[in-house]
Amino acid sequence: MKKDIILSGVGGQGILSIATVTGWAALDQGLYLKQAEVHGMSQRGGDVQSNLRLSTEPIFSDLIPRGECDIVISLEPMEALRYLPWLSKTGWMVTNTTPFVNIPNYPETGELMAELAKLPNVITLDCDSIARDCGSPRSANMVLLGASAGVMEIIEPDKFREGIVSVFSRKGDAIVAANIAAFNAGLEQSKMIKR
Amino acid sequence: MAEKLLLLGDEAVALGALHAGLSGVYAYPGTPSTEITEYIQNHPMTRERGVHSDWCTNEKTAMEAALGVSYAGKRALVCMKHVGMNVCADGFMNSAVTGANGGLVVVACDDPSQHSSQNEQDSRFYAEFAQVPCFEPSNQQEAYDMVREAFDYSEANHIPVLMRLPTRMAHSRAVVEAREPREQNEMHFPAADRAKFWVTLPGISRVRIKELADDQIRFRHDSELSEDNLYTDGPDHSMGIVACGIAYNYLMENYPGGCTYPTLKVTRYPFPKQLLEKMTETCKTILVIEEGQPLVEEKLRGLIYEEGSAAIKVKGRLDGSLPRTGELNPDHVRKAVGLPANPVFEASGVTVPRPPALCMGCGHRDFYTALNNVLKKYEGSRVFGDIGCYTLGYMSPFNAIHTCVEMGASLTMAIGAANSGVWPSVGVIGDSTFTHSGMTGLLDAVNSGADITLCISDNLTTGMTGGQDSAGTGKLERICEAIGVAPEHIRTIVPLPKNYPEMEAVIDEELNYHGVSVVICRRECIQTAKRHAKKI
Repeated sequence: MKKDIILSGVGGQGILSIATVTGWAALDQGLYLKQAEVHGMSQRGGDVQSNLRLSTEPIFSDLIPRGECDIVISLEPMEALRYLPWLSKTGWMVTNTTPFVNIPNYPETGELMAELAKLPNVITLDCDSIARDCGSPRSANMVLLGASAGVMEIIEPDKFREGIVSVFSRKGDAIVAANIAAFNAGLEQSKMIKR
Repeated sequence: MAEKLLLLGDEAVALGALHAGLSGVYAYPGTPSTEITEYIQNHPMTRERGVHSDWCTNEKTAMEAALGVSYAGKRALVCMKHVGMNVCADGFMNSAVTGANGGLVVVACDDPSQHSSQNEQDSRFYAEFAQVPCFEPSNQQEAYDMVREAFDYSEANHIPVLMRLPTRMAHSRAVVEAREPREQNEMHFPAADRAKFWVTLPGISRVRIKELADDQIRFRHDSELSEDNLYTDGPDHSMGIVACGIAYNYLMENYPGGCTYPTLKVTRYPFPKQLLEKMTETCKTILVIEEGQPLVEEKLRGLIYEEGSAAIKVKGRLDGSLPRTGELNPDHVRKAVGLPANPVFEASGVTVPRPPALCMGCGHRDFYTALNNVLKKYEGSRVFGDIGCYTLGYMSPFNAIHTCVEMGASLTMAIGAANSGVWPSVGVIGDSTFTHSGMTGLLDAVNSGADITLCISDNLTTGMTGGQDSAGTGKLERICEAIGVAPEHIRTIVPLPKNYPEMEAVIDEELNYHGVSVVICRRECIQTAKRHAKKI
């Protein structure tokens, strides 16, 4: 089995923590992994993405071919749509609905939502407010990871929780608990939406 | 049991070098190469073994210091982005003439598609130009292993070795299995028969240049015998494929069960001509897949012509089978080998580009605001920019600079423009770029009494690459004064909105001084300031 994942967002939103937790979980489960990241100039408020490939077999390319991405995980709705040509026809789009507006010509939110709604497999959720509701306002990215975990298949949700403990443990128990709570909230949401 | 680690390509090179017995890394930050040096700086072995890892002022000083390490018999790594090769080219080219004593490996990280660079350059040309072997790993494990191989080859053959990593390799993670670290070299001078080659007087280096030319045959032979270059047969001989470095992955991505065409994987140069000959015996069409410029493709056209077998067709970037410029990907290769494209969703018409911008609260913003306010009065003014975050001052809403070429070109272009009648002629440079390549230009300006104003936007760090130490921090005023700028025309201002009136007055006064003036605009990068605040 293989899962090709594109993580997207705006520089500084924290897609790399999602990648780090997923990477930890994948390796702990004995999967092959390749993860291409964006460093440098684009990190200054530009669009950023990471290609994350997980497989039970060796992986060649660091980049995901068009039409083969199983899950686009996006912290921002317009950035989710940017990777549409990479998404498999049977793939999942999982995105935060909170826009990150730092350009003058940012599209109407309604237009973005209409585009997303056209997709056969889509989970849209307001990660920022879900994170606030469960008392972890700074963990919107873990809400998103939780929602994605519901369609990931190749990694068990418990393995993600172990990953969160491992990655955040040096920041203290409170931070770990907040991130776990956010992850669980995202996972619950995805279960409801999938039905 | 061997240790398994999840590493960026850059980090794999770094760890490979440490485990190969490195004594020093010499580098100037540059995307996508920066993480090599940073990994070494943060690794416990670096402290335990006393490995040198401080940043250098520029790539030339880095190359030369590393050559000194090699002279002293120890192993040195030099790291830079592709355009850094231009800066250290004098040292690099002549290191092939002196040859290496301790292992000397130069790592050039190329940036096809210009994710964070002003041009596309293929550093393999530099290896060929200097006549040194070149390694181009196709994955992170090869990157780790090849560094040690490169050090060994360098020492055994008294030759520096170039290693080339494109962005996608430098900044992609995979699991790497590490080997047992080995000891560093003891200091030892070049052997008696080679010591003279370190003095490149024509009478001596003529002999060495002849030797280097003769060595090419051995280098190529070694390359042909090496497992780094691998010929694999396939059932369909209607085409043969040469896939170099990371491009091999894009090919194999499309053939999970094995490529149906004969394939030559190339990760080491000189180009293994003999292995190609095996392919051209039966294949009358050759597709060359390589990241960067069509170096091998052009070579093949030449080789085949030379052998009178023009009946062989060479495909690649030059005939349109693959894009002429830019980074490759599995989709380009899929098309080039004639496989049908995957069904895809159409690109969304709603998305718009989101270009990078200066951070909110950045001192460069306040500097450009003040500069623009002053220059409104002077219709003929031109602002010569430089390389760094502040290049983003070209973008709206600032539209503040007219040029950006290469490290240091701001003030030297301002000199030439002033000589040609441009007034006010303003240079804008960052602190790290100023010490990298601006100081010598400032001496030119002083000696010729050029009518320019140089603005050094000093954020106390090398910002664009993530906040590395800047060589001139705390020294800029003294450097400018020592170079000969009149002390009363070295002015320092703090870029904050509340200081606009003062900043504008200072800039205006110095524009109207008809000689060399320097305005240092100093406030810490807000990214590094945030990190410092967290630590306290």
